[in-house]
Amino acid sequence: MLVLLILHLVAALLAPLLVRWWGPRACYPLALAPAAAFGWALTHAGTVRRGDPVVEAYPWIRQLDLDLALRVTTLSWLMVLLVGGIGAVVLAYCAHYFTPAEPGLGRFAGVFVAFAGAMLGLVVADNLLLLYVCWELTTVFSYLLIGHHPEQRSSRWAAAQALTVTTLGGLAMLIGFILLGQHAGSYRWSVIAAGPLPGGSYLVAAVLLILVGALAKSAILPFSSWLPAAMAAPTPVSAYLHAAAMVKAGVYLVGLLAPVLADAGPWRPVTVLAGAATMLAGGWAALRQTDLKLLLAYGTVSQLGLLVAATGAGTRNAALAAVALLLAHALFKAALFLVVGIVDHQAGTREIGELSGLRRRSPVVCVVAVLAAASMAGVPPLFGFVAKDEVLHAFLDQPVLLAVLVAGTMLTVAYSARFVWGAFADKPAVAATPVKPVPVALLAPPALLALTGLLLGPLAAPVGDYLVPYAELFVGGRAHLAFWHGFGPELLLSALVLTGGALLFALRGPLLPVLNRIRTPAPGTVVYEWLIHRFDRTAIEVTSVTQRGSLPQYLGIVLLVLVVVPGGALLAARPALAGVRPWDTPLQLVVALVLTVAAVLAVRARRRLTAVLLVGVTGYSTAMLFILYGAPDLALTQFLVETATIAVYVLVVRRLAPRFSARPLRRSRWVRRGIGVATGVVMAGLALAVASSRTDPPVSAAFPDLAVREGYGRNVVNVTLVDIRAWDTMGELAVLVVAATGVASLVFERSRTGPRPRRREAAPPETREGQRLWLRGGPTLHARHRSIVFEVVTRLLFHTIVLFSLFLLFSGHNAPGGGFVGGLVAGLALAVRYLAGGRHELQEAAPIGAGTVLGAGLAVSVGTGVIAMLAGHQVLESSRIDLRLPGIGDFYLVTSLFFDVGVYLVVVGLVLDILRSLGAEVDRQIEAAGEPDRALAADREGEPT
Amino acid sequence: MRQAGSGPTLVMVLAVGVFFGTGVILLLERSLTRILLGVILLGNGVNLLILLGGRSGGAPIVGTGPVAEMSDPLPEAMALTSIVITFGLTALLLAIAYRSWSLTGNDEVQDDLEDRKIVELAERNEVAATDVGGDDHADDPEQVNPAPALRRLRRRDGG
Repeated sequence: MLVLLILHLVAALLAPLLVRWWGPRACYPLALAPAAAFGWALTHAGTVRRGDPVVEAYPWIRQLDLDLALRVTTLSWLMVLLVGGIGAVVLAYCAHYFTPAEPGLGRFAGVFVAFAGAMLGLVVADNLLLLYVCWELTTVFSYLLIGHHPEQRSSRWAAAQALTVTTLGGLAMLIGFILLGQHAGSYRWSVIAAGPLPGGSYLVAAVLLILVGALAKSAILPFSSWLPAAMAAPTPVSAYLHAAAMVKAGVYLVGLLAPVLADAGPWRPVTVLAGAATMLAGGWAALRQTDLKLLLAYGTVSQLGLLVAATGAGTRNAALAAVALLLAHALFKAALFLVVGIVDHQAGTREIGELSGLRRRSPVVCVVAVLAAASMAGVPPLFGFVAKDEVLHAFLDQPVLLAVLVAGTMLTVAYSARFVWGAFADKPAVAATPVKPVPVALLAPPALLALTGLLLGPLAAPVGDYLVPYAELFVGGRAHLAFWHGFGPELLLSALVLTGGALLFALRGPLLPVLNRIRTPAPGTVVYEWLIHRFDRTAIEVTSVTQRGSLPQYLGIVLLVLVVVPGGALLAARPALAGVRPWDTPLQLVVALVLTVAAVLAVRARRRLTAVLLVGVTGYSTAMLFILYGAPDLALTQFLVETATIAVYVLVVRRLAPRFSARPLRRSRWVRRGIGVATGVVMAGLALAVASSRTDPPVSAAFPDLAVREGYGRNVVNVTLVDIRAWDTMGELAVLVVAATGVASLVFERSRTGPRPRRREAAPPETREGQRLWLRGGPTLHARHRSIVFEVVTRLLFHTIVLFSLFLLFSGHNAPGGGFVGGLVAGLALAVRYLAGGRHELQEAAPIGAGTVLGAGLAVSVGTGVIAMLAGHQVLESSRIDLRLPGIGDFYLVTSLFFDVGVYLVVVGLVLDILRSLGAEVDRQIEAAGEPDRALAADREGEPT
Repeated sequence: MRQAGSGPTLVMVLAVGVFFGTGVILLLERSLTRILLGVILLGNGVNLLILLGGRSGGAPIVGTGPVAEMSDPLPEAMALTSIVITFGLTALLLAIAYRSWSLTGNDEVQDDLEDRKIVELAERNEVAATDVGGDDHADDPEQVNPAPALRRLRRRDGG
């Protein structure tokens, strides 16, 4: 069976290619896929007749309990026959139905075959989750098929409605499946069916949810409106959708579950009532239609109602009747739709009022249509008669329901007659419709189906032998299918139905006003449309309230929640404070005061430069607090970062106006201040509570020992970064690389890897007589920006600083320092070179791409971890390498040093990237914009140096 | 004079409060460069908060003092990464401010136009633009015309 599914998949993928080669004729080879399914089912007929299942199972996603469990029993075997057989016939029909000029035919053919494959998967699936997956696949593919003409609004609208309704049902069904599966501990239906069912409301909920899915798919009231709308699809699609696929999936599901669930709570009332009501409403509406295709569509709705009622009833006789009707309906409904396609094609219209005289002009088509319609009406000796007879027989003991079904079948007879009359009869008031001759290849598929219906009628008993194993899943007396039940009440009923139907048809003229008056109070499409409209409106209202588009507003709300919820919890809990002390050293108080003043002034500052300098003061104060708290590494990093931040900030704001713009925010100023103060108070309270709430010794109590013993270093913070918690650091490196990439891509309007200032084009060293050149990039600067003292100091200090950064890197394992600090120092050295000599000087200092440095850093860090793993250690585990060098003596290297080298490189890369982007590139853009006084570098022409 | 140990130091708590208060005020501004300064202040506050999670004391370097009197190294390692990440974030926000300036001439966060449109739709009691295809039932024989239902609906809404 899996082979069949794969065959469909391959055929679907090949379809566009085949259609490009052979045009519509490609449908013939594609029809082989469903035909293969049909053939496969035939070869297993014997097994199924004995009532044995055909089973295959392949593991798939074990964690989800989702395996490819396939199981074919009588019902699914019949469905495979229909899905495969009708699929092949319809595809063969497509080969002549479409012209080579049909747009999107390749896609159509592929989707059609995929749809057949999904339907096949649906009926052979034993695992309910697999069934659900296939179920939704048929929904999606039918959406694509119905919306075959995406340029037409009606097509899109119908497709969207089908998708919305059936997906909604499908989701409900999934929940029902999960309820059942979780209870049984397995999602295989064969297992669930064999085990005990859950009880009470649990079962009721599961049953109702599953039924919503099945009824929505089968277009049973109140979900029927999508099916008539789906007539927007090309006619072959309608034929397949109505006869064998899609809507039959719902019936199939009801039939599959009925043997176990029929007695469960709401099952019978829901299926039988909804089915019977749908049958009446659909049949009534069909009598009113003037479009042949719509007439058939409402006929399908009506027949589906009958099918669901019979399948859901859950008795042996009803079950046998249901499968017989399933078969009969597939045969005649596919044939009728294909006939409509022919009429539409050859006469150019499907309107009953425009068609006349086709009886004589296309006699063969007429005969085929009469055969199929007679089967639909239940005229002997066709198979439809056998099925209908069996249905009436099954409900003999339920007089009320029987009366409804009799009325429904009368309507069926009437609209069947109306169909034949409408399509083929001579109408005195209408001129004979001109008809093109019908090609045999187009006529053969419906003729084949109609003849099968004729043939199977007298063969009812042998056909019944194959179907009886399904009926025997139910309790009840011996059931068998027979062409001739003898003179019984059902024969009388059949005669009554035929007479009544004929009468209804004969009275069509006088009945017309009644037909038009008695309608469903609200047509399904209007209800659907209204619901969708309401939904849209609600969404708009909710969105307009919650999403005002203002960032300060969003942030304000988030912060207010922070104040109210955790702040309120804090007030409510009033945690005990322990170990509170005013300060560790009074110096902290001084620093805190400075910090407070600077922060408040920064808030009030109007000039950007003032503000950033004040923020810088708070940063340096923080560094002081770090030192006083006993964290020298932190303080070092903070000092360096604060310096770099100020430099970078200045690089950007040199292009912006010197003052912050005064926006009309004055009104809200006090609100913002209020939120700020409240947040500050709450956070201070949280800090107080958090710091006094420790109950257990910190995990880091063991760190100093671990650092020395396993990390081979004495600087515990550094060893934590590169060894004990190296994974965190690895994550951070990734973040830094991403941030650097983001900066570059925001600033560079051209490719970063594009032309960079090369050494040659950078700065020709034009030294003047007697003038010493300190920096090669110096002469490229505007005279106003040059400072010889700065250049000299830079020249003297640059290499020393870089050397110092390396020292910090190497000594960091045992003393304050490390990769972060070292990298920042080296980055600052580069920044100094850039500030003193401009972008060409930066290129001199680091003639390498920032991306290369970042990538190399990341590679070194990751590589260290990988090598440790390859050497048999854990990822990122440190090892100690003892070395002896002549002249130096014994020393050792710790492998985590290489990790720290990676950190160093990433940080240098980040700073270099920022200097390239916000420094050099912004310079270039300033020059291009012609504002030389804001750039570091200037054009050297016409400016005295 | 120097007291060290676990439990909150009030001065540090005060600094945390100041950083959060001033940071939030700047964060609620519309100028990106000001928002950025708010982020930096908040970053400092968070780092101090993290540090408060561990005890204060001597530098956590083995050999410089008794291990029992060292400050807690774990919050320090966390805060260290946090400082450097804040630097990366600062640079990114500056780049965004610069980009905003080069596109619109200022560095202010504008209201989202699409969101404003939705608000206007809600005020007019309308829905978003519906599917406006260009076909008519008449020129397509294979179609069922859903228009009657739609027309009825429009009438109801209009009247």
